[in-house]
Amino acid sequence: MMDQLLSLLNENARFSNKQLAAMLGTTAEDVEKQIAAYEKQGIIRGYKVLLDHERLEEETVQAIIEVKVSPKRDLGFEDIARRIMSYSEVDTVYLMSGGYDLLVILECKTFKDIALFVQQRLAALDSVLSTATHFVLVRYKEKGVVLCGEDADDRRSALL
Amino acid sequence: MIDYSTLMSRRVQEVKPSGIRKFFDIAEQMDDVISLGVGDPDFKTPWLIRHKGIETLERGMTRYSANAGLISLREEITRYMKRKYRLNYEAKDEVVVTVGGSEAIDLCIRVFVEPGDEVLIVEPSFVAYSPIVTVTGGTPVPIPTKAENAFRLTADELREKITPKTKLLVLPFPNNPTGGVMRREHLEEIAEVLRDTNIIVLSDEIYAELTYGGEPHVSIAEIDGMRERTVVINGFSKSFSMTGWRLGYACGPREIIKQMTKLHQFAIMCAPTTSQYAAIEALKNCDDSVREMRDDYNARRRLVIDGFTSIGLPCFEPEGAFYIFPSIQSTGLTSDEFCERLLYSKKVAVVPGNAFGESGEGFIRVSYSYSKKHLLEAIERIGEFMEELAKEREACLK
Repeated sequence: MMDQLLSLLNENARFSNKQLAAMLGTTAEDVEKQIAAYEKQGIIRGYKVLLDHERLEEETVQAIIEVKVSPKRDLGFEDIARRIMSYSEVDTVYLMSGGYDLLVILECKTFKDIALFVQQRLAALDSVLSTATHFVLVRYKEKGVVLCGEDADDRRSALL
Repeated sequence: MIDYSTLMSRRVQEVKPSGIRKFFDIAEQMDDVISLGVGDPDFKTPWLIRHKGIETLERGMTRYSANAGLISLREEITRYMKRKYRLNYEAKDEVVVTVGGSEAIDLCIRVFVEPGDEVLIVEPSFVAYSPIVTVTGGTPVPIPTKAENAFRLTADELREKITPKTKLLVLPFPNNPTGGVMRREHLEEIAEVLRDTNIIVLSDEIYAELTYGGEPHVSIAEIDGMRERTVVINGFSKSFSMTGWRLGYACGPREIIKQMTKLHQFAIMCAPTTSQYAAIEALKNCDDSVREMRDDYNARRRLVIDGFTSIGLPCFEPEGAFYIFPSIQSTGLTSDEFCERLLYSKKVAVVPGNAFGESGEGFIRVSYSYSKKHLLEAIERIGEFMEELAKEREACLK
């Protein structure tokens, strides 16, 4: 189970060390040390912002691509995964169980950019056997955060 | 023209309406008010429980249940009481399922109290006890608790108020509004006073699951000799975030439960069946959800105590429920003045402590049943308010 500090940071990475310390019943110095230790151990890999792309001026397109590959002898899937993830527009690469091998999540400005990526970059790799590209239409929930509008707080104040 | 006031029960008409309602009606009409006023959990009912409700509706399981509640629910309740509090009750005749803990409180008071009886009510506390006692013709006798005792009831305070007319003791811990709890050793002291009397304890344990630090909640019925003189009242509202489902229960000696069930049968028939089915799921499969909610409340509790302390409103460390009860005496304002000025100048709504009994004067009730972001913003605004008050006092001195 995740420790409580990590679970609070996962909820909101912008809590101050003082606030975190209050919630954990410890001191801000201890929190700072613990976070530094997690960073050093590579447990905490970074801090990012969770954006609602719908609300941004600049439009983006997200695609999820299923890729079937023939793994190279001795190198397994990692070699091809490394090649694919080197492209800066690639957000995520996972090795999957089931009907295909690699799942690639890609973010581009237009549909055309995605088409070009698939045709010119992915399909050109000689280990890639086939691809299936899916476009994201609407994001309802991401990383535990509801993006489609939460219900308003309709609780009646106070008592009786 | 009929003068209804001459016709309606005098006792009912003399019950004062909850004064707080008016204040919050104003708050609800203002824009951008941040409230710290609710006594309602902010978590949604865990999905497993909601889903069980939907499933039984779809299957048309919508008839009356037995008056005392579905036997399968009563069996789950007895298992829960045993596993949580080492208490043994018979599902058949020592449990009654009610419409919220509130109905169980009402039943218990009406079963015992006759005109002339005195009912000891630990205060500050939930606002419903005293009006019900008044309507039955009994006399509510408040026992004020003190911040320096962490708002616990002490044996001496209890002994002082007992008279030959004392019928019931209302023991509401973990406490709304103070967040005070009674640990085992404190309950032992109270039991020591009660064991040789015929005083019955109405132990309102609705916040039992929300006990932080140290040992989990202890019921006074667990203490030697107390089971036979205690009605334990609990429910699903706070522990499982099920306020709107209106489901509670009382456990106690069968003679008492029999009379409570009789009143319940004639007034209510049975608690809502959908809620009862959902509650079985809650007791069987939702320990993890309860723990997660408790852990989150606990983090917020600490955050809020820290915040209030740093803006100059110290409070004793509450160990239960989801309220803190800071003293505002340093500001020189009454609870009502403080709350009203805070609402108008900073648009933050908190509840004046005197709404929970006279002994709550000089305090405010702050609920932390809100997101951490909401809490932090409210604390910031209250901090600004405190600074303005301090400047005002300085100007006065000059």
